[in-house]
Amino acid sequence: MSLGQRVSSDHQLTRLLQIGVILEEVVESRAAHHLESLPEDERDDLDDEVRALLTEATAESATHRERLEELIDDLDAETVPYEEINALVDARYGPPEDTDGVLYDQLCNEETAYKFYDDLIGAIEASDTEFAVDRERVLETLREIREEEREGVEDVTHIMERRA
Amino acid sequence: MNTADQYLKAVYLAQRLEDGPASTGQLAEMLGVSPASVNEMIGKLESRGLVEHEKYKGARLTDDGLERAHDALQTYCIIERFLANVLEVDAFREEARTLESVIDDTVADRLDTIIDRRSECPDCFDPETDCCEYLEVEASQHGD
Repeated sequence: MSLGQRVSSDHQLTRLLQIGVILEEVVESRAAHHLESLPEDERDDLDDEVRALLTEATAESATHRERLEELIDDLDAETVPYEEINALVDARYGPPEDTDGVLYDQLCNEETAYKFYDDLIGAIEASDTEFAVDRERVLETLREIREEEREGVEDVTHIMERRA
Repeated sequence: MNTADQYLKAVYLAQRLEDGPASTGQLAEMLGVSPASVNEMIGKLESRGLVEHEKYKGARLTDDGLERAHDALQTYCIIERFLANVLEVDAFREEARTLESVIDDTVADRLDTIIDRRSECPDCFDPETDCCEYLEVEASQHGD
């Protein structure tokens, strides 16, 4: 059992990036499910701000996914297609009761993604392994994505505070 | 999962394997660290009220330690199931061990939204085979 919090091989880096892609796919799929699954009257009540938030979250996750996929491709590995993850989300999806539930789930999505990238960046920085892809390029990509996840957490938090 | 949680999980599994206290030697072997490191960490966990240690016998989880060990094992189960069933990794046990220290509980909770797990998890985790007794492994597609 490894007790070190560092990324020590191309294989491990690839696996963690693949997990990052799947997390983005989960975020993208759940946000899309939230928009579709709310009852008609709730959907009418879903104000433009929340609708825009979810739409933006799906688009942003898709962009993050593509950026991670480029790195994974350079590491000669594959990713799980979005359709497969969407089907898994679909199989186990239970819609939140109301708009506040949607926002809370979206906050969990953004916070989890932020935490994942923050830990991954730390684990790469703690390692002196030479990867098959340029280390700085990986870190730069992950830092940019982390920053957008941080902004995502703030966006959801602000909306939740306004609604409280 | 942090180092303390990895130790608590190991104590829990060793207790089940040995049907008694977890010995230093068994923990050192399970965690791939020296007996001295085990003793140091067990001392820390004891001072935090998570394990009770009896000289020459070994360590036992307290109720608080058991609760944390359960959570840690659930997280580990999620990682194994995710690797085996979503990424279809053949060597999911080995990879779970290398990934558990860099996968946070909150991340595991999100991954949990796309895997199937029994309500009795983690009691169905088999320490002998190092995975859930109900885990069905599918043919590898994405893992390599």
